[in-house]
Amino acid sequence: MFKILSNEQIAPGIFNMQLVAPLVARKAKAGQFVMIRIDEHGERIPLTIASNDAENITIVYQVVGVTTHRLTEKKNNDFLLDVVGPLGHETQIEKLGTVCCIGGGVGIAELYPVTRAYKSSGNKVIVIIGAKNKGLVIFKEELKEICDEMFITTDDGSEGEKGFVSDVMKRLIDSGRKIDLVYAVGPAIMMKIIADLTRPFDIKTMVSLNSVLVDGTGMCGSCRVEVGGETKFVCVDGPEFDAHRVNFEELMSRQSLFKEQEKHACKIRGIVY
Amino acid sequence: MKKQSPEKRIKNFDEVALGMSEEEALQEAQRCLFCKNPKCSMNCPVEIDIPRFIQAIKDKKFGDAIQIIKEKNNLPGVCGRVCPQEDQCEGACILNAKGKPINIGALERFAADWERHDKSRLSAEAKRESCLAKAEDTKLKIAVIGSGPAGLTCAGDLAKKGYLVTVFEALHTAGGVLVYGIPEFRLPKQIVKEEVGYLKSLGVVIKKNFIVGKTVTLKEIFEEGYSAVFIGTGAGLPSFMNIPGENLNRVYSSNELLTRANLMKAYLFPDYDTPVNIGKKVAVIGGGNTAMDSARVSLRLSAEKVYIVYRRSEKEMPARKEEIENAKEEGVEFHMLTLPQKIIGDSKGFVKGMECIKMELGEADSSGRRRPIPIEGPEFIMDVDTVIVAIGQSPNPVFLKATPELDLDKWSKIVVAPETQATNVKGVYAGGDATKGDDTVIAAMGAGKRAAKAIDAYLKKV
Repeated sequence: MFKILSNEQIAPGIFNMQLVAPLVARKAKAGQFVMIRIDEHGERIPLTIASNDAENITIVYQVVGVTTHRLTEKKNNDFLLDVVGPLGHETQIEKLGTVCCIGGGVGIAELYPVTRAYKSSGNKVIVIIGAKNKGLVIFKEELKEICDEMFITTDDGSEGEKGFVSDVMKRLIDSGRKIDLVYAVGPAIMMKIIADLTRPFDIKTMVSLNSVLVDGTGMCGSCRVEVGGETKFVCVDGPEFDAHRVNFEELMSRQSLFKEQEKHACKIRGIVY
Repeated sequence: MKKQSPEKRIKNFDEVALGMSEEEALQEAQRCLFCKNPKCSMNCPVEIDIPRFIQAIKDKKFGDAIQIIKEKNNLPGVCGRVCPQEDQCEGACILNAKGKPINIGALERFAADWERHDKSRLSAEAKRESCLAKAEDTKLKIAVIGSGPAGLTCAGDLAKKGYLVTVFEALHTAGGVLVYGIPEFRLPKQIVKEEVGYLKSLGVVIKKNFIVGKTVTLKEIFEEGYSAVFIGTGAGLPSFMNIPGENLNRVYSSNELLTRANLMKAYLFPDYDTPVNIGKKVAVIGGGNTAMDSARVSLRLSAEKVYIVYRRSEKEMPARKEEIENAKEEGVEFHMLTLPQKIIGDSKGFVKGMECIKMELGEADSSGRRRPIPIEGPEFIMDVDTVIVAIGQSPNPVFLKATPELDLDKWSKIVVAPETQATNVKGVYAGGDATKGDDTVIAAMGAGKRAAKAIDAYLKKV
């Protein structure tokens, strides 16, 4: 049993949960994730570790279905039945020069530990974050504090510039800015567009993939994705991959496998999101 | 043994084989010749004293029977159900010459079930007292990584020898393949839970949600004061055929299908939160027990037609005869000498067919089975909307990647000494699917047993 210290809504439909998980916390590195299960009836879902101290970890989740909806019902001092990790490879942090960190939607939370790690190892860090609207721009202040330059986009223009993170990325490339690495995390379509933008310029681009996981420990093969013409497993080979080699169409298609079931489960429980 | 009727059982996940009544067990026990040199025991990987336990059943001393089994076997309810007895004890039974061997598996199951139903745990309690007392003396800690059949057996035997044993399990439930792989209708999870409970009563501590290689490393385990380690990390990444279309939607590894259905109870969705998306026409590729399990799980989910697709003939299938029979009774169709070439998808990325070719059998290969050779001729398309790939797996990579000091073979399996299960690292032993050859529950248990013996000998020496 893992105690919930806090479970706060930080934006409409986005929550920040702090958990007591000392065994995970003492090992967790940027880019890694945990698998959680709420209770006996729960499914196992992966959540990226947004931050950690010696005892506790923080996860940020967006309500997208039954499990994330059920997570919102948890109060302080409630428990999650299972938390296991840290899983996946940690982000390879090196001093490269200028690193452009791009986050979309709830992916911005996952971007935070990675950005911090790149910055603290001596890189110049440009952050580009995007969301549907002003209210959904999370971790703005935290990221601002650690980066050298920051751009915000919203779909409706209610904060920063109107448009997408890819618009800013394109402008930076067109202006001839020297960028040594792009790191992107967010919806698959956003990561695909960024990959397509940087590919012709041969800018190394890493993405953190969000495929469907079951055990998350290298056993079931649910998370497989084609990378460079080979099948890779996100849970043990990833979650980060060279964006230019990822088959994003396949990833997006595989993400849709359980849409109908998920819709049905939400409907019978009266969950609207 | 009585079974649920096929028509009834394909609509539920309840146990198919219903077990023996007391009367049937007594009758069966009376048939035993109680050989002086019992071939059955010699062919039992965990060396159960079979004639002695059958004698106890014959004498209606059912409590004695289960205790005799438990002297050697920590998981009798499991073994009575899933052991390939036909290749082991029953295969060696002298009565085969005259016709039917003793149904030893059913008798083992009878004894285990009798104890479960009667809750006569007194003897187990007594055992626990003595184990704990012994543990006080030795105070040596042993870590077992993985709570599958190999790990649980090793843990139980070491606890009985008086060591303080901790089992580290990555998943949220103990049992390994017994809980994620083998379906409820073949091995009810309650039985695994109770047999794990028996090991706990011997003093074994189980730490779940604990991934050795991630949560801690092997080195840290030794630093925490453990004197020896047994690795039973089991199967890992599923193998695929490397044909086009294997990442389409509704192509599953058997591991994924079974994990969703068994461990996560997707057959109870949406009461349980984990979904599974199976179509109406399912092709299961492979010829082992896992393929049979996948086919039978698919039937019980929503499939109307289920096909086993195997590149050799039925004779070469590695699955147990009993499981092949069960699958046939339930209406699974067998497409032998058939090799998939390509899985075909629709515009939304879902399976809509599978292109195959026919095979014929050539000369025997190194495994002794006749090698399948493609027949020149047209490909044909099987009308399926779901494909389950059940052709095996490589060992779990998480622990191995984090532990480069271990010697591995070319299949990434841990190299061990056959008699002791010792690895190249001092104090570290391994068995089960993490090593080569232990590919059944009972073989894994045999390895766990050998390792426990070797660990005891090693610790007595140092």
